[in-house]
Amino acid sequence: MDQDKTQLTEFLLRMGDNALILGHRTSEWCGHAPVLEEDIALANTALDLMGQTQLWLTYAAEVMGDGKTADDLAFLRDVWDFRNLLLVELPNGDFGQTLMRQFLFDAFQSIHLPRLAKSSDPRVAEIAEKASKEAAYHVERSADTVVGLGDGTEESHNRMQAALDRLWPYIGEMFASDPVDAAMAEAGIAPDPANLRTEYDALVGRVLAEATLTVPESTFAHKGGRTGQTHTEHLGHLLTQMQWLQRAYPGATW
Amino acid sequence: MSKEWPLWEIFIRGQHGLSHRHVGSLHAPDAEMAIKNARDVYTRRNEGVSIWVVEANNIAASAPSEKGPLYEPSESKIYRHPTFYDIPDDVGHM
Amino acid sequence: MYAQMIQSEASQDDPQKLAEFQARIDADIKIEPRDWMPEGYRKTLIRQIGQHAHSEIVGQLPEGNWITRAPTLERKMILLAKVQDEAGHGLYLYCAAETLGVSRDDLTEQLLSGKMKYSSIFNYPTLTWADIGAVGWLVDGAAIMNQVPLQRTSYGPYSRAMIRICKEESFHQRQGFDIMMKMAQGTEAQRRMAQDALNRFWYPSLMMFGPSDAESVHSTQNMAWKIKMNTNDELRQKFVDQTVPQAEFLGLTVPDENLAWNEEKGGYDFSEPDWSEFFDVLKGNGPCNTERLEARNKAWDDGAWVREGLLAHAEKKRARKTAAE
Repeated sequence: MDQDKTQLTEFLLRMGDNALILGHRTSEWCGHAPVLEEDIALANTALDLMGQTQLWLTYAAEVMGDGKTADDLAFLRDVWDFRNLLLVELPNGDFGQTLMRQFLFDAFQSIHLPRLAKSSDPRVAEIAEKASKEAAYHVERSADTVVGLGDGTEESHNRMQAALDRLWPYIGEMFASDPVDAAMAEAGIAPDPANLRTEYDALVGRVLAEATLTVPESTFAHKGGRTGQTHTEHLGHLLTQMQWLQRAYPGATW
Repeated sequence: MSKEWPLWEIFIRGQHGLSHRHVGSLHAPDAEMAIKNARDVYTRRNEGVSIWVVEANNIAASAPSEKGPLYEPSESKIYRHPTFYDIPDDVGHM
Repeated sequence: MYAQMIQSEASQDDPQKLAEFQARIDADIKIEPRDWMPEGYRKTLIRQIGQHAHSEIVGQLPEGNWITRAPTLERKMILLAKVQDEAGHGLYLYCAAETLGVSRDDLTEQLLSGKMKYSSIFNYPTLTWADIGAVGWLVDGAAIMNQVPLQRTSYGPYSRAMIRICKEESFHQRQGFDIMMKMAQGTEAQRRMAQDALNRFWYPSLMMFGPSDAESVHSTQNMAWKIKMNTNDELRQKFVDQTVPQAEFLGLTVPDENLAWNEEKGGYDFSEPDWSEFFDVLKGNGPCNTERLEARNKAWDDGAWVREGLLAHAEKKRARKTAAE
């Protein structure tokens, strides 16, 4: 595969794997949420993310051109081949941590996807156009919940602050540009994520202030997920479950 | 036991220029969340719909005993109903 | 069925009013929340709709058990959408029950304490992927037998909930059968899984309709009130007659040596399930009763701070708005 294709594939895997892993995590809530209305809403979010996964990974498989499918990429790669952010593979924690993670991710998506919708690559633009509408609703809903729980009872406030403190070190990775991002930006396929940080900080800062939460001072960032350099130990367990049938019965059709 | 979220009645207008119709109820802490929940529960996020939410407590309803006087006068005005008129087939759809 | 063994409540009401009420039902006029109704009718409906709603919510668990292990992206989405529908159906039914003067939280508390029941079928485990097929095919298939006629039930809000549910439910049984077809046409291991799933779910599915109630006074009263539309035996027979040819199409064997077509009655003869097992499951001794109630209790308890937090915020917002005005 030539250099351009390799980099485009990397980029598409990053998009697809984020949606896949977060969609999977969100789907773990189905049947266990604090109230029926939230159960249904979380399932909608998970369904949107799984739908996006299929689009990104199908395109990734096409660019790779070796006859693989989106399912092959989702179910037959091991940890080191995944390209998602560390943030999305972390365990759900309590409902507050799940919604805080959702908001921190949605906020990025709501800024990133509308720009991708203007991509020079028509397929990327088409997928992003659809996904950005979903992300706009997701961020509205998760922001409302973060505000509601942050500015709710003392207990809900403390839990949301703990969630924010726990997740904050995983934000920086979203904006850590590398040569793949540089190549995408150069080709007009995707914006350099480093350039989105200011807008992101403004959005997140506004919501967290309304939620009466304190943004942690540390700028330390865990990295490695989107480059594939490293992952948390949690991803392997997630894959063990997700890939079980495909691994145990190779070649079967489901 | 903690306090239950209030009950909301949900009215939705579809894409076809009809009026809002009662589709069901749900629980939500406030009107804003009730609209969002309605979107997730009752429209599965169809674009282009309009949602009204009313807290169930705020709905005034006619008493069942009033059923006679309130409804019977209009029942006699069958000319208000389109099927009252027998239009010849040749005229086409009306 | 999703509501099993519903006892009717005796009514001690004015005979004149009772007669008028029954006449309305006989004339297929719907009863609406603010209409007069016998206390027994109201209580029986709360019990039945509540149990039906609980079954939808507890029913999320055995299928939810496989969402994180679904074998393809598409299967994962279909299963998630289906289990989400069940949450929605539970929600519609709780709302219908609420029109009768009971709150959702009251009903929930009664489920969690074990005071109210849910369908026996959800106390059986889903062990392999074929079980997800079998649940859709058999369990939803059995449920539909009951839910379609309930669209015509006498109580307006219940009837409207059932209409919405039946509309959304149409894909559930089909997706289950679709899984079974793939399994039955698949590898040797998949065929074994499919047969094993049918073996384990056949009799529990027959139990869903409840024991014979042809002689039951409760059943007679509930049918007169049109909150029960058919006897348990009628529905069970219909289910067997519909399902056996489908099993044959799949090349699977229904685990019943006595199964035989009876020309005279125009239906299959079949073996009764083990009713002692059914009563054990109802008493709490099914394979998964403990896990199911634990899971529901955990979700409710862990979620308390969320429900309280969001409500507290709504109240603060309202207070701030009032202060500003």
